[in-house]
Amino acid sequence: MNAHQQPTGSAYFISPETAKVESHTLSVLVTNEPGVLARVIGLFSGRGYNIESLTVSETEHESHLSRITIVTNGTPVVLEQIKAQLERIVPVHRVVDLTVRAGQLGQERPIEREVALIKVAGAGESRAEALRLADAFQAKVVDATVGHFIFEITGKSSKIDQFVAVVKPLGLIEVCRTGIAAMNRGAQGM
Amino acid sequence: MTDTADNGNRMTGAEIVLRALKDNGVEHIFGYPGGAVLPIYDEIFQQEDIQHILVRHEQGAGHAAEGYARSTGKVGVMLVTSGPGATNAVTPLQDALMDSIPLVCLTGQVPTTLIGSDAFQEADTVGITRPCTKHNWLVKNVDELAGIIHEAFRIAQSGRPGPVVVDIPKDIQFATGTYVPPSEATASKSYKPKVNGDLKAIQAAVELMATARRPVLYTGGGVINAGPEASKLLRELVELTDFPITSTLMGLGAYPASGKNWLGMLGMHGSYEANLAMHDCDVMVCIGARFDDRITGRLNAFSPNSRKIHIDIDPSSINKNVRVDIPIIGDVGHVLEDMVRLWRALPKKPEKAQSADWWASIETWRAKKSFSYKNSNDVIMPQYALERLAEATKGRDTYITTEVGQHQMWAAQFFGFEEPNHWMTSGGLGTMGYGLPAALGVQVAHPEALVIDIAGDASIQMCIQEMSCAIQHNLPVKIFILNNQYMGMVRQWQQLLHGNRLSNSYTEAMPDFVKLAEAYGAVGMYCDDPKELDGKIAEMIAVNAPVIFDCRVANLANCFPMIPSGKAHNEMLLPEDATDDAVATAIDAKGRQLV
Repeated sequence: MNAHQQPTGSAYFISPETAKVESHTLSVLVTNEPGVLARVIGLFSGRGYNIESLTVSETEHESHLSRITIVTNGTPVVLEQIKAQLERIVPVHRVVDLTVRAGQLGQERPIEREVALIKVAGAGESRAEALRLADAFQAKVVDATVGHFIFEITGKSSKIDQFVAVVKPLGLIEVCRTGIAAMNRGAQGM
Repeated sequence: MTDTADNGNRMTGAEIVLRALKDNGVEHIFGYPGGAVLPIYDEIFQQEDIQHILVRHEQGAGHAAEGYARSTGKVGVMLVTSGPGATNAVTPLQDALMDSIPLVCLTGQVPTTLIGSDAFQEADTVGITRPCTKHNWLVKNVDELAGIIHEAFRIAQSGRPGPVVVDIPKDIQFATGTYVPPSEATASKSYKPKVNGDLKAIQAAVELMATARRPVLYTGGGVINAGPEASKLLRELVELTDFPITSTLMGLGAYPASGKNWLGMLGMHGSYEANLAMHDCDVMVCIGARFDDRITGRLNAFSPNSRKIHIDIDPSSINKNVRVDIPIIGDVGHVLEDMVRLWRALPKKPEKAQSADWWASIETWRAKKSFSYKNSNDVIMPQYALERLAEATKGRDTYITTEVGQHQMWAAQFFGFEEPNHWMTSGGLGTMGYGLPAALGVQVAHPEALVIDIAGDASIQMCIQEMSCAIQHNLPVKIFILNNQYMGMVRQWQQLLHGNRLSNSYTEAMPDFVKLAEAYGAVGMYCDDPKELDGKIAEMIAVNAPVIFDCRVANLANCFPMIPSGKAHNEMLLPEDATDDAVATAIDAKGRQLV
């Protein structure tokens, strides 16, 4: 059918990829045991998948469960394969593609939020401007001296990107971001 | 009372290991001792239920355990020490992972207090083996040891089988803990392989199959892994549907090579009829195979006009390389049982005429005789040697293992396997050195059977040290070397891809294999005359000792037919077309970059 196409030079006859690359957020419920994160990350590096963001924390202490949230990208076929490969890992209980699930629920995206700590140093007008901007972005001051502020900001990644961009000229020192925590809207669990 | 019961279950970690192996039905383990596993070896010394087979290199232990597992359907067990013992086990672990062989590998580890200190013979075994096992554990508490070993056996043999590693620090082997029998062990909740296929999907598959005018069954190692019952059901399905059937390298023997619907192996060195049937079919039923690149050839020209049904126990195999229309996730045995039942229940079965044209096409492809070769009166052709070997072993309980290369493909093409579990080869990983230790594992499991390692002169030297193991344990394996003095498959690719510049593929300093056999205390034989071949093969089979048979074959014979890299199934290079010119230009510039 497509016999006119030539191999791409990839070692395993992969035909030129024409499907669109999409960014998806996956929730992975795992047993909280040593090495489980290494298994997940090793799968991504070993099979050449991308990680845009990764967060992990124990969420159900009694049942030793942790929830890993991974933002990854790929064509729909690759994303399906990532999910299937994650499900093969023995301590993985469930994998939910929150982005696909949101689509099934008739929603645009899952709720995705990030926390960042942002240190800005400066004096005079730029210091006052930083505080005004923080107010506009609803960032809280969590530490301050006469020479600096540390802001805590919560929101979509794009909002944090924007805040970082506007405070940059005002004496941005460092940024620490948690990566994305995500959940689908509605009453149902994952 | 409870105290005595408890005391009966209190024992050292090393004792727990042996007890757990016994309770999981282990009779043989393959291994090599070392500092970090001495307590376990001490326990092995003091019991008689489990026989330990001492190999000469940990890679040998792994392949022997694979051969044992593949030929019995049981779990293969290997035991190695920390550090180099574990790293030497990596090749067979990856081999078992790719070919879905159930393997439990116990590794010693430095004491827990020394982990991370760069201690003598320390290696991060769970880190190193994480990507080459189905799962692995580092045991940090002796009370968890028994449960972990039971879980290791469960995971290794259920679902899609595979290798697991249990890394046991030396202090855990000495420590006293409580033994928990398999019946009381808690299984992890997250691991629940699905064995029964979705009935609606199976019904849809059966209905699609009934409409097929040009059907083909494409089967793989999953049928073998599903047990002998699955092979029986497969044969029944072929009988009922009268579909032509082909198989991957790993699946040979599930359907008998003498069966009338048999098309031969498919893929890169498969038969013309099998590959053309795959290319031209309208309904493909893939049973326990994974659309590997050796099978599909160029993906975008793979079976372009067919609807595809895929039965596999591993959901990640579905749509990985090839999009399928009806995926069925489940154990091949269970799914085939449902499939046979639903086919029998079809209100209207297809008429013979529906696929008459298809069978006519297959007959014309068969008439090409794509495995044909030009025989010689002066030199032994490798294909001829294998035909004679197959003939001489007819009617015997024969198990064949191979190394990797041309001889492996010829063995697959010419031997003709009638039963499952009688063919052991390294398919996915393509591990040279697999055949001899695998043969030892097979012979341990089947002491009375005829076990032959069909080898190449290059591959056999990769694990030749296991001759010593064969002698020590009285394992009368027969090593049949097709000796062409080249790494034949490497040379064939150099001829195809690299202007016949035979870089490092000629073995200049070949050992005298007859003397080598004798040095180990085995029997060495030599043959370079086609007229003497039958007599010498008979002699080899009659010897009740390990034999190295140095069969000198035509040096420059190549393995055809072949789908050159980057080509489709219908662009095969047949033996009669494989002139020097055609060989030199078979692969275009882009295809050269492929493997």
